Amino acid sequence: MTKRRKYRGVLILLAAFHCLILFAGFFAPYDFATQNRDVPFAPPTGLHFVDAQGNFHARPFIYGLKSNPGHPMTLVAEQGEKYPLRFFVQGSRYKLAGLFNVNLHFFGVEGPAPVFLMGSDGYGRDQFSRFLYGGQISLLAGLLAAFLSVSLGIVLGAVSGFYGGWIDAALMRGGELFLALPWLYLLFAVRASMPLHIAAGQVFLLLIAVIGLIGWARPARLIRGVVLSAKERNFVLAAKGFGASDGYVLCRHVMPQTYGVALTQMTLLIPQYVLAEVTLSFLGVGVGEPMPSWGTLLAALQQYYVLSSYWWMFLPALILVPLFLAYYAVADAFQERLKPATL
Amino acid sequence: MRYITQRFFHAVLLLIAVSFFSFALLQLAPGDFFDAMRLNPQISRQTIGTLRSEYGLDKPLPIRYERWLRSVLKGELGLSLASNSPVAPLLRERARNTLLLSGAATVLAWLLALPIGIWAAVKRGGWADRACGLATSTILAVPDLLLFLALLLLAVRTGWFPTGGMASAGVDDLDRWGRLKDVAFHLALPAMGLALATMPALIRHIRSSMIEALESPFLRAARGHGIPRTRLVLRYAFPAASNPLISLFGFSVATMLSASALAEIVLSWPGLGPLLVESILSRDVFVVVGIVMLSSVFLVAGNLIADLLLFASDPRIRTE
Repeated sequence: MTKRRKYRGVLILLAAFHCLILFAGFFAPYDFATQNRDVPFAPPTGLHFVDAQGNFHARPFIYGLKSNPGHPMTLVAEQGEKYPLRFFVQGSRYKLAGLFNVNLHFFGVEGPAPVFLMGSDGYGRDQFSRFLYGGQISLLAGLLAAFLSVSLGIVLGAVSGFYGGWIDAALMRGGELFLALPWLYLLFAVRASMPLHIAAGQVFLLLIAVIGLIGWARPARLIRGVVLSAKERNFVLAAKGFGASDGYVLCRHVMPQTYGVALTQMTLLIPQYVLAEVTLSFLGVGVGEPMPSWGTLLAALQQYYVLSSYWWMFLPALILVPLFLAYYAVADAFQERLKPATL
Repeated sequence: MRYITQRFFHAVLLLIAVSFFSFALLQLAPGDFFDAMRLNPQISRQTIGTLRSEYGLDKPLPIRYERWLRSVLKGELGLSLASNSPVAPLLRERARNTLLLSGAATVLAWLLALPIGIWAAVKRGGWADRACGLATSTILAVPDLLLFLALLLLAVRTGWFPTGGMASAGVDDLDRWGRLKDVAFHLALPAMGLALATMPALIRHIRSSMIEALESPFLRAARGHGIPRTRLVLRYAFPAASNPLISLFGFSVATMLSASALAEIVLSWPGLGPLLVESILSRDVFVVVGIVMLSSVFLVAGNLIADLLLFASDPRIRTE
């Protein structure tokens, strides 16, 4: 019982995180492209409740930024003027969940002091906002690509397992082709066959297609295995004996037995595919600037001075760890509960 | 013997299929190396046309494939467009470096994973096992990219390790032993990162197949005979558990190569990975095809080695 409750907690957290990403415009205080050239590489803004005099404020406030004496090229909080954090403020226009034009933001700060919860990058862009917007690209790419390759896997695996014979042989040999190349090399090779410089939207769809298409072989194999054992079960044989058509048996009796495996596979593939997008964008062959993706956010770390001086540039990658852990935990739970029934 | 020839034949067929597949994929891609030249008004269309026909880019796909196969047989792997020289010499050193790195990391990962996995299986359910499980699942969730970047940070900040490359300046003046030490010094960080990235999956598999072996009836019987525990684990359970592990070795080559490409790029190890990204960006197709082919040769070779090991270790396969 406690185990189930634990997984429920993980699921709720995961859902909350996805809502945060879905409504990035609302939760992000700034637009992803807004630059503040005078505050490059600002450290994460601290939210304070207690001021220098020791007075407690119920409303959190932040300090402004000043250059760090003694350390060129770095900024620190200036313990002077307090700027209170306001909730539900008007700000830049954005499209809520891609549908409605809104300018309401969850939080913001009036006045000259910027609020950078995860620091700012070299152009003074808010990393927190960019992380949220970037999630829309990276997470969606992962989800869609996983969906694509699992759907392909379901269809091809089911056909291959159900009909057997030369179809099975051809499909499985074809799958081996995809498994015979190291994954990252294959990803690069397929990416290399696409035009390098195309519009951001196209790149996004292209990435999903590339990542999703090369990953079909593994789910297809697993689904095929399930179908092979599923089609020998007595109730399936009975349905066949009653004269049910192939299509009916496949959809009504065989496929439902594969959904557990398919769902588990998909949950496992999402983090992997998010990472694939991150890797490609990190290396400059994925989504490009100024569009944020988790990969382009990390690309700044390729410079040694960024890597060694500004620790908050690591934050986008660090947040991925609990996210992936949650995905794996959910996959475990699925595997436990949706195990295909044994013969 | 039939088993070996069958596996070998299968591997060769697979490689030919991969070569055609990757060649076709990259050759049919829109745009080519000369696109950038076309934008240059100082280079006439005619010059580009001649260049294209010189490299055979104006011929239809089957002819190009045939020409490429010929040059593969000659050991050239086609012409690099960017450097106007055969691809093979460009790749040789890079491939050696990649093999060195992933080989060292494979050895390191297995050397560490085997005792840890076996230990966790023996102490199943105990605190050591649980701590190990927690650690492996956490490391599994850490993106390889983050791991390598963190190691790079370590190198940049502390200066304990070199931050890239595989040789220090002035290494040529050293004797053989000194040069070896220098390479090992440069190898340490990427190899450690790679081993760390691939170990969790290995540990999990080793643990689960050891547990399966430890719970099998013949082992209970052996325990009943009063055979000491160390001998029981190492001499009885481990060989029984080793069959899936050898197959796992074959699979782990693939993961290792992928992770290695990323590690090479992030930690600037002069292997195939960085060259691949470079040649993708400059559209040097033959180099890309060459690298992709090489990587699949490594992978298939890894699987073949696993098959041979299986043949040597499992009597059931030999008698089939």
